Amino acid sequence: MTLTATPGTAARGAAEPAVDLDGVVKRFGAVTAVDGISLRIRPGEVVALLGPNGAGKTTTVDMLLGLAQPTEGSVRVYGRKPHDAVALGLVSAVMQTGGLLKDYTVEETVRLTAVLFGKPPGSADEALDRAGIADIGKRLVGKCSGGQQQRLRFAMALLPDPELLILDEPTTGMDVGGRHDFWQAIRRDAQGGRTVIFATHYLEEADAYADRVVFVRRGRIVADGTAAEVKSLASGRTVRATLAGAVEADLRDRTGAEKVEVRGDTVYLHGRDTDAIARYLLNETPARDLEITSRNLEEAFLTLTADDTEPAK
Amino acid sequence: MTVLTERSLPRFGGFSLGMIKLELRRMMRNRRTVIFTLVMPAVFFLLFGTNAKTRHETVGGGNVTGYILVSMAVYGAMLATTSGGAMVSIERAAGWSRQLRLTPLKPVAYIAVKLVLAMIIGLVSVAVAFAVGSVSGAKLPAHAWIECGLLAWVCALVFAAFGLFMGYLLPSENVMQILGPVLAVLSFAGGLFAPLDTFGHTFATIAKFTPVYGVGQLARYPLTHDGNLWLAVANVAAWTLIFSIGAMWRFRRDTARV
Repeated sequence: MTLTATPGTAARGAAEPAVDLDGVVKRFGAVTAVDGISLRIRPGEVVALLGPNGAGKTTTVDMLLGLAQPTEGSVRVYGRKPHDAVALGLVSAVMQTGGLLKDYTVEETVRLTAVLFGKPPGSADEALDRAGIADIGKRLVGKCSGGQQQRLRFAMALLPDPELLILDEPTTGMDVGGRHDFWQAIRRDAQGGRTVIFATHYLEEADAYADRVVFVRRGRIVADGTAAEVKSLASGRTVRATLAGAVEADLRDRTGAEKVEVRGDTVYLHGRDTDAIARYLLNETPARDLEITSRNLEEAFLTLTADDTEPAK
Repeated sequence: MTVLTERSLPRFGGFSLGMIKLELRRMMRNRRTVIFTLVMPAVFFLLFGTNAKTRHETVGGGNVTGYILVSMAVYGAMLATTSGGAMVSIERAAGWSRQLRLTPLKPVAYIAVKLVLAMIIGLVSVAVAFAVGSVSGAKLPAHAWIECGLLAWVCALVFAAFGLFMGYLLPSENVMQILGPVLAVLSFAGGLFAPLDTFGHTFATIAKFTPVYGVGQLARYPLTHDGNLWLAVANVAAWTLIFSIGAMWRFRRDTARV
């Protein structure tokens, strides 16, 4: 199954892409982790890389950061080699786990990062503040909770004031409260126009925080579009209405719905163009109490990933 | 976007005083490092080198207590620089090295910082041992206090390289628990804890090729003017080369991008 929904923002495409992956393949011995991904991300987009474990998300992130080299294809970040972009502070990342030393304090860790990027000491305080951990600056990293450590990684990632921020499964292992706080901080930050790419397998996160969702499965992009587009592509929406004396076959012919169900006085019409279905019902029939619901992203995700045949190119 | 052109890389590949300061503070926070490198050699000296016999017996222009003090200073500097170098093992295990690759810090600058740190704690270790020695009956000619101290410190660079090599070779988080006993054995073999002539002839000959021997001989030379100086220099040079090559080999493998 191939599903593509290009967001209608081609007009802005003139600017240099923040990320340009072209035919990227990554093999580890006999295992192909990434199997031909081409992806362009424009400055300012907030993109979710969504997929099950082992789909190739982390490998893709590693290649964007210059931590891994593609076997084939090219990776460009703001027109540069990934490692150069990282060294210049154009791109930074919040990694999944590790990457912290227990015997540094929170503040020292951020200060060291400031030193490494050649930033003034004040920038460390600012980053601590923006990540919401200024109050635990004196605490040893080893004594911080998972959520606090993650916000520390976020503070470190903010230090170079990157154009592009990459988050790899940023909320793994956080409780609900920690997850909420973390996304609040990211969201506040993204309002300044930073490009954000986050890899996740939490569907609700992709749904709630991304402008664009890129589904990855078995090292390939299976779908690409806004969360709403992808959801409707994957599963369509359902219109529910109260309509007495409806006939299933009749409704199917007139509305173009894929599936029609009549339960007493209630009808359920399932299809991709629910606007047209609703228009028909309201204009041409005495239907009332209309309700349009989409399946949540979780169901869309299952629909997309349950298909076990190789996706056609 | 104007921001794009304003960005620049830090000087010296990220090698900076600021980083060294923060790293030093972190090392001093580690009680095990402090005990291992600063307290233990001084305690060993007080236990084995300050009895009446060693105080009265003379060597060169000083006493045996002074001789043992220099050996213990070498031992301390060696522990300090090894553990300084071996820090990379812990940092790799914690994923910190990977995190650093997301900064402009060049791997070579990172190694340089580690070497400087190892040498700083090595210097502190020698200074502490000598301070304790000076008030506990160690006698050395004035020039020997300075020369022996400097040699003990500078030659410990061998073990900074050794520590780095082992730090990259051993993935363990408790790398010093392995290296501590190894260093103790090497110190015995190198004649730091007992003179080599107390061993059998064959063993004493083999011992001359072990890495601690050269450093010990060189550091004590300003006091003793004894033994083959060039053999000692050759020993130090050879082991420095071997450990440096080993460290470079593992380091390249570690930083190679897959």
